[in-house]
Amino acid sequence: MTPVKCFLGALALAFASLASAKTIELLNVSYDPTREFYAEFNKAFAAHWQAQTGDTVVVKQSHGGSGKQARSVIDGLQADVVTLALGEDVDALHERAKLIPADWQTRLPKNSAPYTSTIVFLVRAGNPKKIKDWDDLVKPGVAVITPNPKTSGGARWNYLAAWEYARRQAGGDDAKAKDFIKRLFKNVPVLDSGARGSTTTFVQRGVGDVLLAWENEAYLARKEFGQDKFEIVVPALSILAEPSVTVVDQVAKKKGTEVVARAYLDYLYSDAGQDIAGRHFYRPTGVAAVAKYAGVFPKLQLFTIDEAFGGWAKATKAHFLDNGSFDQIYLTK
Amino acid sequence: MAAAISTTLSHHTSHAAVQRATHDPRWVRWTLTTVALLFLGCFLALPLAAVFAEALRRGFGAYFSAFAESDALASIRLTLLAAAISVPANLGFGVAAAWCIAKFNFPGKSVLITLIDLPFAVSPVISGLIYVLVFGLQGWWGAWLIEHDLKVIFAVPGIVLATTFVTFPFVARELIPLMQAQGSDEELAALTLGANGWQIFWRVTVPNIKWGLLYGIILCNARAMGEFGAVSVVSGHIRGETNTMPLQVEILYNEYNFVGAFAVASALALLAIVTLVLKALVEWRHAQARAS
Repeated sequence: MTPVKCFLGALALAFASLASAKTIELLNVSYDPTREFYAEFNKAFAAHWQAQTGDTVVVKQSHGGSGKQARSVIDGLQADVVTLALGEDVDALHERAKLIPADWQTRLPKNSAPYTSTIVFLVRAGNPKKIKDWDDLVKPGVAVITPNPKTSGGARWNYLAAWEYARRQAGGDDAKAKDFIKRLFKNVPVLDSGARGSTTTFVQRGVGDVLLAWENEAYLARKEFGQDKFEIVVPALSILAEPSVTVVDQVAKKKGTEVVARAYLDYLYSDAGQDIAGRHFYRPTGVAAVAKYAGVFPKLQLFTIDEAFGGWAKATKAHFLDNGSFDQIYLTK
Repeated sequence: MAAAISTTLSHHTSHAAVQRATHDPRWVRWTLTTVALLFLGCFLALPLAAVFAEALRRGFGAYFSAFAESDALASIRLTLLAAAISVPANLGFGVAAAWCIAKFNFPGKSVLITLIDLPFAVSPVISGLIYVLVFGLQGWWGAWLIEHDLKVIFAVPGIVLATTFVTFPFVARELIPLMQAQGSDEELAALTLGANGWQIFWRVTVPNIKWGLLYGIILCNARAMGEFGAVSVVSGHIRGETNTMPLQVEILYNEYNFVGAFAVASALALLAIVTLVLKALVEWRHAQARAS
């Protein structure tokens, strides 16, 4: 055997041993409030994958405002999967960079939203301003904390939920809804750029009487800062928020991680994944977890963005782009 | 006798001159001093104290356990790495630029000086964005880089680049006026004595500028470790991988981990204070070197 052949043989052996127990790295680019959830979920998935294939998976996380995160992936952040706050931000990966196919949302069950959430109110202990429903938010003297819908996904859900509430009142229409929103934003003293920033403003800095928040954010804030300091008020009607997930095909294909990336997202729909979602106050969609957490999440009437606004593309154009309804009510304050 | 009088007189006048450089009444001087001290206390000392108070709120145990986190350690390593690359790079560039600007005349000199000042003038966010536009997937070279598996932005090279960009002017800006004031007489003298270029540089130029140089390096290092805006744009915020200390502080704060956030912030503040002490020491040594 010549030394060259010998070397090649050794090389092949080395590769074979590498192949038998790989370490795979995934990058999950997500939005702000999912930090705690994915920290736990990633551990569970790594254990599951190791038991199944013997390979080690290390999932790295990146968190930030949903729109900003989408922008980073478009600019080349090598995300194998994205788990963002709204379908619109995932859509941008197709529209602007063709990183995923147009039909991404139909590739996974439930509109590619393994867990859902909604918008609720967080108030101070004893609910001193007696806030029960959306119309209490526009009363004089009530300070409402919500992030800026120009930059925050969570804030857009807040905005649209309030809009739809006003439209569904007796004699309600778009003009009445616009007026309602205008009065609501007169009660907003600070517009933070993201959901987590608003929570900190309300909880840590003590500004405002009521925080419009993701349900999971509201529960987490109570857990972190004391159950006795805050109360959660659930309005009669709210919006069904569907945070969407997808494999970023172009990146995963190049990195050769498609199989793991897909398995990672599938695991979100498994009983174990759904249970972790429920524990972190996301509304599970799997039957077993829905039953298990039925007592945790109060029942309320939920509408989807497709029903009420004809989808994100339309809602964004009508309300949040330049000269949308938000600019009209906020700039002419 | 006359001599004695004149010495007392001169002694007297010089004493008076020291005492009364200005003729403002005592209360004006005291009010101004108090206002300045109060202002510094309110806007500098108090917030700094608050950082340490918050960091130690739950005791030293919680404080030190914040540094046992692998993400926090990774952020410290990354910050030190970025400073360790960008400071020497800017040192080399700064000396070279100051040398040619101060000692030679050439067309385009003022353009070069303006370019060196550019990072001071543009916002750090723009500095970060520049690199996204050049190296991003939608930018000039992004697609090519991705094809060849080269990561620049959202990885360590991008962070080093952004840090280097914002700390560009510090060393050069410190040296240019110094070298201009010194002129090139001593170098010319060395040349006539038969020294070669390398000898002139090490034996004449460097000893003349060493205090200014140290001062520039210290400022450059302080900014390199503390930069937030530009680095935030190119970081991608991957946990344990592309978060520097300032970014880690923001992350921990947003995760309601206030002790952790302020602990990392206090470490960053300590690094800055060490830098400032070094700076004061350099200034003091410099003053002594001048006096002797």
